[in-house]
Amino acid sequence: MKTEFTAQTEITPQLEKKIVAIAERYHKEPHQLMRILLDIQKVTSNAIPREVAIVVSRVTGIPEAKLYGFVSFYAMISPAPRGKYVIRMCESAPCHVTGAVAVMESIIKTLGIQPGETSRDGRFTLEYCQCLGVCESSPAILVNDMIYKNLTPGRAATLIEDYMRGDVS
Amino acid sequence: MSKVKLTIDGLPVEIEEGATILRAADELDIYIPTLCYHPDQNVKANCRICVVEVVGMKLLVPACSYPATEGMAVLTHSQRVRTARRNILELILARHAQDCLHCDRSGFCELQKVSEEMHFLRTPRYPYVARSDYWDDSSPSIVRNSQKCVACGRCEYVCSNIQTVHALSKVGRGFEVNFEPAYGKKLGDSVCINCGQCIQACPTAALTIYDYTLRVWRAFADPQKTVVAQVAPAVRITLAEALGEAPGTISTGRLVTALKRVGFDVVFDTDFTADLTIMEEGTELLGRINNGGVLPMITSCSPGWIKFCETYYPDLIPNLSTCKSPQAMFGALIKTFYAKQIRKVPSDIFSVSIMPCTAKKFEAQRPEMGRNGYRDVDVVISVQEIARMIRSAGINFSNLPETPFDSPFGLGSGAGEIFGATGGVMEAALRTVYEIVTGKELDSLDFESVRGFEGIKEASVMVGDIKVKVAVAHGLGNARKLMDAIRAKEADYHFIEIMACPGGCIGGGGNPIKNWRKMGPRLEAVYREDKNMPLRKSHENPYVKKLYEDFLGEPNSHKCHELLHTRYVDRSYLLR
Repeated sequence: MKTEFTAQTEITPQLEKKIVAIAERYHKEPHQLMRILLDIQKVTSNAIPREVAIVVSRVTGIPEAKLYGFVSFYAMISPAPRGKYVIRMCESAPCHVTGAVAVMESIIKTLGIQPGETSRDGRFTLEYCQCLGVCESSPAILVNDMIYKNLTPGRAATLIEDYMRGDVS
Repeated sequence: MSKVKLTIDGLPVEIEEGATILRAADELDIYIPTLCYHPDQNVKANCRICVVEVVGMKLLVPACSYPATEGMAVLTHSQRVRTARRNILELILARHAQDCLHCDRSGFCELQKVSEEMHFLRTPRYPYVARSDYWDDSSPSIVRNSQKCVACGRCEYVCSNIQTVHALSKVGRGFEVNFEPAYGKKLGDSVCINCGQCIQACPTAALTIYDYTLRVWRAFADPQKTVVAQVAPAVRITLAEALGEAPGTISTGRLVTALKRVGFDVVFDTDFTADLTIMEEGTELLGRINNGGVLPMITSCSPGWIKFCETYYPDLIPNLSTCKSPQAMFGALIKTFYAKQIRKVPSDIFSVSIMPCTAKKFEAQRPEMGRNGYRDVDVVISVQEIARMIRSAGINFSNLPETPFDSPFGLGSGAGEIFGATGGVMEAALRTVYEIVTGKELDSLDFESVRGFEGIKEASVMVGDIKVKVAVAHGLGNARKLMDAIRAKEADYHFIEIMACPGGCIGGGGNPIKNWRKMGPRLEAVYREDKNMPLRKSHENPYVKKLYEDFLGEPNSHKCHELLHTRYVDRSYLLR
């Protein structure tokens, strides 16, 4: 697995407080590690980088290496910092058949970044993902928690531009 | 427990309920190839090379995890099994660099053995694609080569579950899965404590010992250098095994002959400084007990354990004995006392220690282990490496005559010898402390309660009018339990021995590849060697006495502190 670890995430006291508060849920519900890490991602750089993992490790007692194994396994969690908006294009067959390739090309053109990259302003990360479960309205993309269906290249570009302008939050 | 009857390849066998097909096949002496299976670990069943056919079942099942049941008929080499196994092997080989000719594990690689036993001759149908280009020689002890990894997970199991070091983790998923330290760190910068248990667990050459033999060969070729070897207690127990003899074969005399023939000028016995360690550590312990020092005092012979303590328990560093390990004490003596004796400058002495340990390589590089710009120990080589050196020098080890160690550091006692096994340092210390304090001779020198492979052993001994409570732990998972108890102030021991490796030095990472079945004979050999020694107590070693008279003064003197004691650093930053 190739991950660049050059970017540092600064842990301010406020951020640390937020992370600790979420991580402490682990003591009550240790089976919910996934949920906890996803929630922590929302207050950090959309990722669980090393600096964050160390705080989580300290609170939960889970060794850093174990957390890294967990984080690197699941596609929804990233060990490297990501943009404020993570755009995920479904790459499963139904979306592919209904025109995902053209939609993706349009998104790439609009954002100016390739899949796996983060825009230079740190706002957008583009990724592929597996089936989103809305095959009846494919092609579909996921932007953070929001799903957008029945896309065409033109609609996708408009949507991304809305995000870029900050019309959607 | 109830038993079940089944047949394997038509042969009837009876085995307790719940046992796996693999166990049942073992009863019948039927070989089923395995890779991810390790006799000392939990079942993983991820490599699938052990698949067998159960008559009437649609799918093949892995023998290492599938339980034997009543009336089951198992076929281990039917056409279906053979076809499937070949395909599985080809898939594994598609991710395994096949440069066996110059591979560190060639000859004792489990994948090589599987391929050979399966009589696999064709060229694999799938092209080789490297798992990852992760190559890591940042650690002075362990080299990690992902191209040889078969993703069995045995290294991670031993690192996390047995040693609780958590240096390696399973990273990524699917084709890209790899075993590496967290967040792209290199082993050398990680919490890895260099114990080498992952090397012992690895079936292939994905984890190997950092090889320093070239530097030793180069030193032999340098006419300026006097090449001095010191040989650790456990080496004479495991070297013969590394050269193909039965586990537990003691080879002290042949070992010295072989080292001389390979090119070492002088061969000393680390048993000697083990005795010295007992004098220093015993005196330190008595000092702490009498003067209200920090108790419990914990042994410091195991460099893997030291780094573990520095990383995970920096608050307990004051509990560590300040004594250097026997290897480091010897290093200091060779470059000072011995150098003066043979009228050489320290830089003209090349000091090599031959150890069952990979963490000693790290210890020798610590800044505390040297002075005036030279290292006390120049190179540490493991049992596996010295076995290779002996073989590549064309020496037939089995036919060698015996040679004694060189003086003045050639005599060690049985107490020094048992340093090689878990509980040994404790037993050696008790023998000496008891006799020094009480002035009486021990009736029996064998402290059975600190011997054996139980994870944590406890004993208490009346020494004069003090009841000395001791504990012994081996394997860092067990050490962690003891340390947590000390932290919580729930332990009232005086003295604790901790060895990083399960079983002590005879289970060290630099030994020939082990499992618990081989450890029994090794342990037995340690105590057999102890019994055969003319001297069995450290304080009766005449050369140790003489060294104190001529050079060191008395135990824990200023000179001793300068040469034989050390300090530790807080490494908890590795966790931050």
